[in-house]
Amino acid sequence: MSAVTEPATHDHGDGHHAHHPFQAHHFETMEQQYDSGKLGIWLFLITEVMFFSGLFTAYAIFRSYHPEIFVAGHHFLDKTLGAANTVVLLFSSLTMAWAVRCAQLGQRKGLILCLVLTLACAGTFMVVKYFEYSHKIHLGLVPARYFSFVPGSEHHGHEGEHGDAKHSDGHADAAGHADAHATTHDPAATPDTLDSTTAAQESALLVHDQVEKAAIEGKDELPYRIGLFFSIYYCLTGLHGIHIIAGMIAISWILRRSIRGDFGPQYFGPVDYVGLYWHLVDLIWVFLFPLLYLIQ
Amino acid sequence: MATILDPAIGAGGEDSPVDNYLTHTHGWKSWAFTLDHKRIGMMYLVGVTSAFLLGGIFALLLRAELFTPGPTIPLVSHDMYNQLFTLHGAVMTFLFIIPGIPAAQGNFILPIMLGAKDVAFPRMNLCSFYLWLGGAVFFLAALFLGGLDTGWTFYTPYSITTNTAVVSATMGAFILGFSSIFTGLNFIVTVHTLRPPGMTWFRMPLFLWAIYGTAIIQVLATPVLGITLMLLMAERIMGIGIFDPALGGDPVLYQHFFWFYSHPAVYIMILPAMGVISELMSTFSRKPIFGYRFIAMSSLAIALLGFLVWGHHMFTSGQSQMSAIVFSALTFSVAIPSAIKVFNWLATMYKGSISLATPMCYALSFLFLFTIGGLTGLYLGSLSTDIQLHDTYFVVAHFHYVMVGGTLMAFLGGVFYWWPKMTGKLYDEFWGQIAAWIVFVGFNLTFFPQFVMGSRGMPRRYYNYLPEFEFYHKMSTIGAFLLGVGLFIALWVLLKSLKSGAKAPANPWGSATLEWQCSSPPPHDNFSHTPTVGDPYDLESTVYDPKLGGYKKIASPAPAH
Repeated sequence: MSAVTEPATHDHGDGHHAHHPFQAHHFETMEQQYDSGKLGIWLFLITEVMFFSGLFTAYAIFRSYHPEIFVAGHHFLDKTLGAANTVVLLFSSLTMAWAVRCAQLGQRKGLILCLVLTLACAGTFMVVKYFEYSHKIHLGLVPARYFSFVPGSEHHGHEGEHGDAKHSDGHADAAGHADAHATTHDPAATPDTLDSTTAAQESALLVHDQVEKAAIEGKDELPYRIGLFFSIYYCLTGLHGIHIIAGMIAISWILRRSIRGDFGPQYFGPVDYVGLYWHLVDLIWVFLFPLLYLIQ
Repeated sequence: MATILDPAIGAGGEDSPVDNYLTHTHGWKSWAFTLDHKRIGMMYLVGVTSAFLLGGIFALLLRAELFTPGPTIPLVSHDMYNQLFTLHGAVMTFLFIIPGIPAAQGNFILPIMLGAKDVAFPRMNLCSFYLWLGGAVFFLAALFLGGLDTGWTFYTPYSITTNTAVVSATMGAFILGFSSIFTGLNFIVTVHTLRPPGMTWFRMPLFLWAIYGTAIIQVLATPVLGITLMLLMAERIMGIGIFDPALGGDPVLYQHFFWFYSHPAVYIMILPAMGVISELMSTFSRKPIFGYRFIAMSSLAIALLGFLVWGHHMFTSGQSQMSAIVFSALTFSVAIPSAIKVFNWLATMYKGSISLATPMCYALSFLFLFTIGGLTGLYLGSLSTDIQLHDTYFVVAHFHYVMVGGTLMAFLGGVFYWWPKMTGKLYDEFWGQIAAWIVFVGFNLTFFPQFVMGSRGMPRRYYNYLPEFEFYHKMSTIGAFLLGVGLFIALWVLLKSLKSGAKAPANPWGSATLEWQCSSPPPHDNFSHTPTVGDPYDLESTVYDPKLGGYKKIASPAPAH
């Protein structure tokens, strides 16, 4: 693993020192402990990448199946808010990296300040995300089965590049429509467990007919199956949001230990590991923002 | 601390400390909150064995139902039958086979074999066990919340529309996935960073290579299952439509996602088994393992090739001919490392002094059954024959020969091999062997007829069948109950040893790997003095000592240490 200067010098300096209070019994040296943790967190990040890879694959496949719904769908996403969140997260990565440096140098106050700033950024991100989500859910821009947006109920433009929604694959033939229609309105197939979109659901059944009909006739500018875009949007950003929350919990834990004064030049592993995780979460957003908000 | 110098230790290492990991601390809390890999391994062993019992009961109910065409036993209706084979598959796969060898035996043995005091992250290890327990609870909840009838693969679109407890079961599998990831991650880091001086990569016993290869698959593949099951849950709860053709989704995409994990998962099941067999073959032939590096590297080759063959589960699902051909060709390539292992084991036995102790009986069963399972896999990997054999009992027989004939035999072999080390007790060798042979005969009687009826067109997962298949089904059912009897005898032999078994010596088999250098059962810190790392297969370094009732290291000119 990458070289760790502090613990190494520490060991060279004094061979017979007492154990560091945070050295686990099964490690011979602090360096071995740090290296184990570092390898562990990198492996964990690999699992995270594999975890998200499934969703990115789904994105790629559905974008190749239905490019038009991605183009049409992305007009409903607020680029300004997305860009603001990107800046917020990038800044939080800076403060996180700074926190690691503070921990390595034993600067307790700086460490606490940096962690608080990182937490604040994460919180800001989630608040913005909350407003984005609630706005969309209010409009009925929700995953496929419950999608109930009525064109014209909102001024956001869909520029009409796809006035004639041409469906290039087998799913979108007329039979498929009838089929989908029937399933959508089958009361048995509608779970009653959905909390967040209950309001949207109520209106969903009313307006669904119009949307479907309009889409079938190709008169409306919304391409058929546009709900799939929002499915993928919610899955990707939702899973990312869960990771932000997990990161906030981890950072709070680190913050608590920093206030207690656990970290210093000999022991800063946990700050480093949480930092690496946080950078990955930011990195995923750096991919999500253009893929979802900035298409074409 | 590195070394605890105990004046009571004799020079030969045949110390008999009063304190061992079982008696180190007392009370249920000392188990529930233990960070000791040995105790966690034992808890896993009890857990996976219970899951195996549950899955086995489902299997016996299934086989009893199939004894005659149409309804056979009361209470098992068509729907119940669908639930039984689903739960049999799901419980056996997720709760038993995947964690069976790595999490139970690997946890116990890996650090000791490596010469380490524990795994790298003991807390994560305990967490992994509780995740396993949590996953098991969700599975049991599914059992009571309307059951599950999708088949263990949860194929869409049926799994979206069925009104059984798909969300609970997938949540269980999702949690079990994390348990598996934590175990794998822990093992990789342990092997990388906790090897003592002298334990170079190519001095690692082959069991460790196998577990290492397994851990790579666990870390890389399991997250994909996680996201797949999460999408399936989102499909049911939020109606995202990604896998739902009614909403424009693609059910074959689900199959790709699912098998991208679940085919490598097959190697999560078999690789550790191969590792166990490598240890058994060498020990009980009293010969160094033949082709050490080839076996070690073939473990990694299987781990990597295993990622490239998932498409062979979808030959009939409408994937393009081109990808079917490529997947078929890649599937054949997996046969190469598997065959390398089998031939090396045979060469190990050649001119060896073979002892037919219980573990070796299971190892020989493994060799025989795994070979049949592997070779019949080639029929399924060929495109033209697979069209005929797809979804027939031939497939069922094939993967049971690999999973049960392979993994279960190795699991049992490993349990019997390490039992004296784990518990400090010797079991009844005679009844152990009897059980092994009953298991072998019962297994073949169960699954060999399934090859025959499968190749004659009997589809899998059917409640009813044509009279022409009745003979084979009857044999299969009788075999299943015989297998059950054999397994219960094996369990009885082990449990009896706890009560009345003789005290086990440190090294009853004369193996040269490190876990036999510490006392049986091992002390809390594994080694009361840092072990000397030598060639793990230098069996001539040990000699039988009638005074100990086991083997001891020859006082050779010890390397300066």
